[in-house]
Amino acid sequence: MARVKYRFNTPAGKVFDAVNVIVLIGVGTIAILPFLYVLAGSFATEYELTTRPFFLWPNEFTTDAYASILSSSVFVRAFVTTIVVTGVGTAIQLVLTALMAYPLSKIDLPGRRTIMSLVVFTMVFSAGLIPTFLVVKQLGLLDTYWALILPAAINPFSLIIIKNFFQELPKELEESAKIDGANELRILRSVVMPLSKPVLATFALFYAVGIWNDYMSPLIYLNDTSKWTLQMFLRQVTAASSLTAEDLGNELPPPAQGIKFAVVMVATIPVLLAYPFLQKHFAKGMLIGSVKG
Amino acid sequence: MATLIEAEAASGGADITQRPLNRRNVRETIVRYRWLLLLMLPGITYFVLFRFWPMYGAQIAWRDYIPFLGIEGSEWVGWKHFEDFFTNPDFPRLLGNTLILAALSLFIAFPLTIVMALLLNELRLNILKRTVQTLVYVPHFLSWTVVVSLTGLLFAIGNGPLWTGVNDLLGTDINFLTDPAWFRPLIVLQDVWKNTGWGTIIFLAALASVDQEQYEAAIIDGAGRWQRVWHITLPSIRSTIIVLLILQTGQILNTGFEQIYLMSNPLNRTVADVFDTYVYFVGIQQGSYSYATAVGLAKAIVGVILIFGTNWIAKRFNQQGIF
Repeated sequence: MARVKYRFNTPAGKVFDAVNVIVLIGVGTIAILPFLYVLAGSFATEYELTTRPFFLWPNEFTTDAYASILSSSVFVRAFVTTIVVTGVGTAIQLVLTALMAYPLSKIDLPGRRTIMSLVVFTMVFSAGLIPTFLVVKQLGLLDTYWALILPAAINPFSLIIIKNFFQELPKELEESAKIDGANELRILRSVVMPLSKPVLATFALFYAVGIWNDYMSPLIYLNDTSKWTLQMFLRQVTAASSLTAEDLGNELPPPAQGIKFAVVMVATIPVLLAYPFLQKHFAKGMLIGSVKG
Repeated sequence: MATLIEAEAASGGADITQRPLNRRNVRETIVRYRWLLLLMLPGITYFVLFRFWPMYGAQIAWRDYIPFLGIEGSEWVGWKHFEDFFTNPDFPRLLGNTLILAALSLFIAFPLTIVMALLLNELRLNILKRTVQTLVYVPHFLSWTVVVSLTGLLFAIGNGPLWTGVNDLLGTDINFLTDPAWFRPLIVLQDVWKNTGWGTIIFLAALASVDQEQYEAAIIDGAGRWQRVWHITLPSIRSTIIVLLILQTGQILNTGFEQIYLMSNPLNRTVADVFDTYVYFVGIQQGSYSYATAVGLAKAIVGVILIFGTNWIAKRFNQQGIF
């Protein structure tokens, strides 16, 4: 990006730049400070948590809180459940979206405009919570993990962006594959998908984060507490001020405050691990899809 | 995001290769497009099952739905549920709470996003710019459960750093998490913390495409920094701002269920109850399916009217709409 050099040279401009740098460093700090506080707190002793109001480094380092939640069968089950549901759900959602986006990217497909209008219609108007709940109930999905995956299987925004991306791919590649005798499924798998990795990675991240972070679906669709996900467990732990040892399945009384810190960390860390890995893709993926599309 | 709707409309308009379907070439078309049609089948099934079937089921808003009798078996009652809702003593409070939260988001969070994008855009050090961007995007990826839990830990009575800090500063002894007066500020604070950074993405993209020669020309004409922002930068991203504003207006009644639900407690109910949580409480928890569906529908329809209304106004002022 070519910048105009002399636009910054006035004294007022320099003052602005200095202030701007300070303000934005402050903003960046505020964005992660709560997280760093909880990270430090999750390794602190119960005594330190109740006596020191704020710290980013514990005086005395302990992993008691983590040991305590890891020994809770309720937590372990919620954690494993969430990982599996997120993995399976993301794969299903991404495949369904890509499979539908590909035919819609063919401008000669009959009925394409009608289907697109209907998809856009669902973005503007939805029947609402109760009718959707009744459909899920009628399909027999209540109290099953499918209820966390299927009702949100295709996000219309993602569908349109992926469709637009497919549409921009050079047609010659697909045509040559067709001449070589490949059918549409083969073209999609061997030509289109490999070329679309950044976009698909972006939406895989969004879908995965969406399922991982989802609180509303388990709240509505899962009555069976043994099927609870991590977000439900987190809510239970942090909202309950009077958490007892039995709740966590431990013999020893848990460090109540420390446990809250540790559970927040465990619910956050997997998302943060995925973030830098896919960050390079998502800005690019989003922009390719939306601005140029 | 909205640009894709435009793009869709544009590409749809150019779709002249599409032939009208008639009985004679239906078979030929299906054979020719069999693979593509087959690929779409799961997706179409999804939209039919989870997006359109609920729309059919929404008719229970005009019936007295009894699960045992099914949708068609339940009795028609006309506009009863809608009338009940609009005459309900809770209605003004719900409407007020919803609109106030929406207005706060529109007048605080939205402008802050633009200001932050402008500040980031003025940052010359690329490393710093990238670092700050990486940091401010992060909260967007945290769940509302985590954000609400963080709030709980920071404002915990006795040892929460912000509870201690703010109360020391104000010389008070406020419990922020249950005090109704602090409900809205906390909601806005969470919203800004979680979403402002992420919201800058689209504005930064728009800012990156501003023609740099315009700035050079303006400098030669003697324009100062503020003049350049006011006369070049802001007009250049005006269409992006308007499109996002239209979309946001359509979302006014959607306060976002998770955040409000998780932040509400018996002590702040008076300010915390909004349409979305109300539908959950009366529908899912109390089982008044028909009534809750009517509330949800009334809300959705107002949302659609708002979207088209803002779009119409934007077009009348000779701006780019989204439809």
